[in-house]
Amino acid sequence: MRHLMSPLDFTVEELDKLFDLANDIEHNMAKYAHACDGKKLATCFYEPSTRTRLSFESAMLNLGGSVIGFSDAGSSSASKGESVSDTIRVISCFADICAIRHPKEGAPMVAASKSSIPVINAGDGGHQHPTQTLTDLLTIRSLKGKLKNFTVGLCGDLKFGRTVHSLIHALIRYPDIQFIFISPEELKVPDYLTDILKEKNIPYEEVIRLEEIMPRLDFLYMTRVQKERFFNEEDYVRLKDFYILDKTKMELAKSDMLVLHPLPRVNEISVEIDDDPRAAYFKQVQYGVYVRMALVLTLLEVEV
Amino acid sequence: MLNVGKIEEGFVLDHIEAGKSLSLYHHLQLDKLDCTVAIIKNAKSNKMGKKDILKVECDINTLDLDVLAFIDHCITVNVIKDGEIVDKKELTLPKEIKNIIKCKNPRCITSIEQGLPHIFVLSDEKKEIYRCKYCEEKYEDITK
Repeated sequence: MRHLMSPLDFTVEELDKLFDLANDIEHNMAKYAHACDGKKLATCFYEPSTRTRLSFESAMLNLGGSVIGFSDAGSSSASKGESVSDTIRVISCFADICAIRHPKEGAPMVAASKSSIPVINAGDGGHQHPTQTLTDLLTIRSLKGKLKNFTVGLCGDLKFGRTVHSLIHALIRYPDIQFIFISPEELKVPDYLTDILKEKNIPYEEVIRLEEIMPRLDFLYMTRVQKERFFNEEDYVRLKDFYILDKTKMELAKSDMLVLHPLPRVNEISVEIDDDPRAAYFKQVQYGVYVRMALVLTLLEVEV
Repeated sequence: MLNVGKIEEGFVLDHIEAGKSLSLYHHLQLDKLDCTVAIIKNAKSNKMGKKDILKVECDINTLDLDVLAFIDHCITVNVIKDGEIVDKKELTLPKEIKNIIKCKNPRCITSIEQGLPHIFVLSDEKKEIYRCKYCEEKYEDITK
C-alpha cells in the first residue's frame, strides 16, 4: 500500500506514468466514470480549503465513487481532543482512501503510519502540498508538451510559499531547468533551497523587478503574499502590492509563455489578463482534478 | 594537577569539547545511574587546548553510542575492563535518533499528538544536519 506525503515520493518515471493516466482521463472521461464504483474517499480537512477539498471530491465523484468527511476541525472529533492516529484508525473502517489536510506539519505522515488505507497529504501547514505540485507539473507538461529545458520564473512570496518550495524540489529532477526568483528582499527563497541548487549546479538568479526578466521566461509561477504569514498588518500592506502582473508586463513576455498560480488570487494577477491565452491558472484547476483522479486510481491500484 | 583514579570497568569519554561534559552527562542520563562518575572540566589537551573528560564506572553496555555520536562524534570512547583500555569505539553519526531531542517547531504535529516519538533523520551528513522526520525542521545545536 502506498501513500502520498511529498511530490518526491514518486520517481520521475512513476510521475510520467501518473501524468499519462491523467491525460488519458482528460481525453476519455467516460471511460473512467465507473472506475471507483463502490469506493469511498474520506476528505479529512482540519482546516478549511474549499478548492483542494472540492477538487478531491470532484475527482472521486468523476470516478463513480462517493465521498465522506469533514471540512474543519470544529466539526470533527479533533475538537474533543482525539489524536490524528486514532482518527485515521477509525476513518480506515469507513473509507477506502483518505485525503487529509491539517494545520500541523507532519500530521498526514502520522496518519499514514497508522492507517490501513492509502493516505494523501492534502496540505500540512507550511510544509507540503504534494497534489498542488502534481497539478503544476501536469499543467506544464500538458500545455508545453515536456518537462525539461525551461527558464522558470517564480514570483511573490518565495519565503513562506510551500507550493513554490515543492515545485522547485520537483523541477530540479528534470534536465536543463533554470530558475529566476523574483521577490522582495523580505520574501526571498530560503537558503536551504538555493544551497541545493548550488550543490546540483542548477543555474538560478534572484531579482527584484519582474519587468526585466519577463522576456526570458518560459513560464511564470505567481504566488499570493499571504496575510497569515505576516506578524503584523503593516508589513503585509507594504508588500502585498509589490508584484502585480498586468497587461503591460505581459507585453514583454514570450508569445507562448505560461502564467501559473496556485490560487486563490487576490490582486497579484490583474483580471485584465484572464482572457490572455497565456493565462493558464484556471486550466491548472482543471488539471488538478485530472491528476487527483489519476492519483486515486493509482493508490487504489484500480486498472481501467 | 588534579588526579582522578583509574576505573575498573566502564568507559572514559575523552576529547569532549571544553564545557560540554555536563550537557553530555544529562543527555546520556548518567544522573539516573547508580555508579561513580567523574566529570573533569577544562583539562589540558595538546590537541584541543582545553577539553572535558567523563569517567563512568558501570556496565559498558549501558552507554548509548548513538546519543553520544549525535552530540559529538569526535569524542574518543575508551572502553575499560579490569582497569585497562580494551577497546576504542569509533563514533559515526546515527542515521536516525529517537526521543533524544525534541522538535521545537510549534507547527509540528509532535507538539500536539500524544505518545508520538520525536524522531530526527540525518539529512546532510557533511553538514551534520538533522531534520524532524515529520515537519523536516532543521535541528539547531543541541547546546543552544
